[in-house]
Amino acid sequence: MLSFTLRRTASAVLVLFSISVLVFLIFFATPGVDPAARIAGRNADQATLRAVQHEFGLDQPLPVRYALMMKHLFVDRDLTSFVNRGVRVIPQITQAVPTTLSLVIGAAVIWMVVGIAMGTGAAAWRGRAADPVIVVLGVLGVSIPVYWLGEVVNLLTQSRLHDGVFSWVPPLGYVGITTDPLQWALHLLFPWLTLAALYAGIYARVLRSEMLGALEEDYVRTARAKGVSERRILLKHALRCSLIPVVSLFGLDFGALVGGSALLTEVVFGLPGVGRLTYTALQNLDLPVILGTVLYAAFFVVLANAVVDLGYAALDPRVRRA
Amino acid sequence: MSTSPADVAALAPRGQTRSRPSARGTRTAAQGPWRRAAVQLVRNRGALASAVVLLVVLVACLLAPVYARSVAHTDPFTSNVSGTTVVDGRTVPVLAPSTTGLGLGVTPIGPTGDPAHYFLGADNQGRDVMARLLYGGRNSLLIGAGAALTTCLLAGLVGVLAGYFGGVVDGVLARVLDVLWAFPVYLLAISLSVVLLTSGLDVGPVHIGAGSRWLPVLIIGLVYVPYVARPLRGQVLALREKEFVAAAIGVGCSDWRIMRRDVLPNVVPTLVVFLPLMVALAMLTESALSFLSVGVQAPQASWGTIINDGLGLLYTRPAVTLAAGVAVAVTAAALNLLGDGVREALDPRARLRGAA
Amino acid sequence: MPEPLLEVTDLCVTFRSRRGAARVVDRLSFDLGEGEVLGVVGESGSGKSVSMMSLLGLIRDPNASVEGSARFRGRELVGMADAELRDLRGRDIAMVFQDPMTSLTPVYTVGWHLTEALRAHRRVPKAVARRRAVELLAEVGIPDPHRRLDDYPHQFSGGMRQRVVIAMGLANNPALLIADEPTTALDVTTQAQVLDLLRRLQREHGSSIVLITHDMAVVSQLADRVLVMYGGRAVEKGTRREVFHAPQHPYTWGLLGSVPRARAARVHRLATIPGSPPASALDAPPGCPFAPRCVHVHETCLQRPPLEGAGGHVDACWLPREDRAGLRRITAEQVAEDEVARVHDAAETVEEGIDR
Repeated sequence: MLSFTLRRTASAVLVLFSISVLVFLIFFATPGVDPAARIAGRNADQATLRAVQHEFGLDQPLPVRYALMMKHLFVDRDLTSFVNRGVRVIPQITQAVPTTLSLVIGAAVIWMVVGIAMGTGAAAWRGRAADPVIVVLGVLGVSIPVYWLGEVVNLLTQSRLHDGVFSWVPPLGYVGITTDPLQWALHLLFPWLTLAALYAGIYARVLRSEMLGALEEDYVRTARAKGVSERRILLKHALRCSLIPVVSLFGLDFGALVGGSALLTEVVFGLPGVGRLTYTALQNLDLPVILGTVLYAAFFVVLANAVVDLGYAALDPRVRRA
Repeated sequence: MSTSPADVAALAPRGQTRSRPSARGTRTAAQGPWRRAAVQLVRNRGALASAVVLLVVLVACLLAPVYARSVAHTDPFTSNVSGTTVVDGRTVPVLAPSTTGLGLGVTPIGPTGDPAHYFLGADNQGRDVMARLLYGGRNSLLIGAGAALTTCLLAGLVGVLAGYFGGVVDGVLARVLDVLWAFPVYLLAISLSVVLLTSGLDVGPVHIGAGSRWLPVLIIGLVYVPYVARPLRGQVLALREKEFVAAAIGVGCSDWRIMRRDVLPNVVPTLVVFLPLMVALAMLTESALSFLSVGVQAPQASWGTIINDGLGLLYTRPAVTLAAGVAVAVTAAALNLLGDGVREALDPRARLRGAA
Repeated sequence: MPEPLLEVTDLCVTFRSRRGAARVVDRLSFDLGEGEVLGVVGESGSGKSVSMMSLLGLIRDPNASVEGSARFRGRELVGMADAELRDLRGRDIAMVFQDPMTSLTPVYTVGWHLTEALRAHRRVPKAVARRRAVELLAEVGIPDPHRRLDDYPHQFSGGMRQRVVIAMGLANNPALLIADEPTTALDVTTQAQVLDLLRRLQREHGSSIVLITHDMAVVSQLADRVLVMYGGRAVEKGTRREVFHAPQHPYTWGLLGSVPRARAARVHRLATIPGSPPASALDAPPGCPFAPRCVHVHETCLQRPPLEGAGGHVDACWLPREDRAGLRRITAEQVAEDEVARVHDAAETVEEGIDR
């Protein structure tokens, strides 16, 4: 087990390194983008530009440039944003993290509960009226662009029905949980529902398909022959085995979202999370911030992958010996 | 009362040669597997309805020029800020002064229900939304299909090479896939788009201008390669262990021959199953990129750009955004249902997501 | 005569499909007394498993219909509500299946499975159930049962897992145990051990056993009575002695002839039954189902032969009863001749090929 963990960690570090190189190459080695200007800040004078060029080795070969960039980002931690002059990159990211976490965790709870219920229901009522309805809902969830859904939700809650049904919906934005828990929840309610709508659909479909497969397995036949009730078979045998791939999928999705994949939802609902930070940085070609946020995102994805790999063993005893 | 061998022969079935199972996987059944799959697909009503919907959308978008010229008599790409049109017999300006809010600025006319005069209304530049929607559909569908094909072809190549040759080749390719996939899909797509859209791509013989529509095709196509290549690689790895491949190697078949005759026929159905789903995914990604202004560039339109254009008008003239979003949703849903049907017809036991 | 434990009369199981109705079990009738072992023999597709599963309502396919009568201790099983059947399943009638590798839910320990079996029908405190589970494991010969109780199914060998499954079946002391090919997936040594176990348990618990198998050797070791099935029908029934020493039906001759005999005087060609079983019940010929493969087939065989015979030993064949033994000898010779002819033809073809 230990050697497995070590190998996994080494592999994860290697992947992170590769991603940092990839990002570096995309943004610093592409013609037409002047890194010095981007790092020095808007309207920087010649002296600053020269200083930046020297510090970051922009006249030196690529590997040196890369090494110096990493040093500034992690060791010196004095990389500042191009757009917001003087504001350091890393604090910007850490400030945005709680917002993203609030959004993702809330949505995750909703989508898992709804998705699992829908998937199990579809499998249990297969062939009856509820099944195609659930399948269609699932397909819609996967097909509707999340940012469009968010805009439509905004249309309803902020404009059309704002004077009636949705008068209690606060304007777009974010309120910290420590500041005002109720407002925090209210501001996040519709973002949660919008993000969850997409993923609930995916998870319901995956779970339904897994459950239908599980119900054809021999071990279900054995359980039936023992006289076990259909409900127990569904929940304790079929669902338990079907959840394994679903949970590992969840790990990957959760990791990606925390890393900033929820950027569309954040942009649409005006939530100052990591995703929106990344997006604004990309739009403005704010290279230092881009580097920071992308590495942050990649870190979480790699972490999630590793956790899922290790967690698989907890869920499926067959894997433990390996 | 015994019988002669001749009587026996007359009644007994003729040998077993006709139905001997072939070790080579797919070819000897009475009705080929593609034919059987097609029959089963047609019987699936959901898939059939989806195919019809897709056909309607496709035809409508292909006929965009016809609609623009002959039905609506507009040019959806030029601004028409000071134009007028006929609604209910009266001539009204396309962009009328606002009556809501502070009374500042202009509001385009809303949906008229009249195909000849701004069926879905106008956008903030006075252009016919319906005509733009049809033109935009062409780009969305084109880029979606192009990217999906790119993904499947590249993933097929990578997956087969990695899975079949193993060893160093597999080690390198699998690592590359891992790194690509660890980069969150949308972030990678946006990053590449941001950089390449400003400067274009100039690699060897390939020269793609900045702002070209080929860029989203290539970028989206590339970004989803790991999604398809990883399960495919797993499948090829499993295939390699099967007896018929070992037998072929033992007999001395060349690698190329084995790949062509044993591996490919089993890999192609998987790619075919992935294709509709990848088109849906690519379309959604393209619309997201266009929404963020890093996809299709002006003056071209796509459903994503139209949604973006409509944002400024969202609370006054929601039809613009709504129509484009519904178009994307309906097309993607139809593709997904069709993809489900194809999967059931070709390989009901396939597990597409979560199989690493 | 004491009332039989299980009395099956004209049991029919039909599967409806697009191509028509397939009669997988066709008017099957048999009796089983208390403490008896009935061996049900037949090839794959003969309907032996389906018939037993239909008794317990384990056929979940909505296109299947079960007709006829099956009385267990006087209670009619065909048409019984699922809730009542569930009471019988696992408690009065237990069923054990073929493949021990996949028979147990992999995520739960063996102890969990056993306690589930025990608590499915009676309110048993967990501690008591655990103790009983340990006893059951010991009874079926699992060493170190206390520790093994908390092991997972994949940590057991095939033979051990089959013992666990048998233990589960016997947990509630059923009057009837149906074992569907319990030894097929095991090697010969383990096979013998499992059969020994079944024999011992039958003596100690007094349960009746229906042993489904395609292997005559297994039947000869355990069964009191034998039922031979082909094409969904009973073709021969009798005591073990009657069927093995004086088999009446050509199919039974084939089955017995194809058993390798360890004590044969000289090297002895293994007889095979020419042809193969019908691919599907839809292709069943009218009349005797075995006709296409029978050496003695004649015109009367186009009519369905009734199940008739002397005393308890009955068979379904039109051949005259007086000289079945003689006809059996002729069959063996005929089959041997056919084999020689076939080998000869094959050799000629090869020679021609080489010459060319």
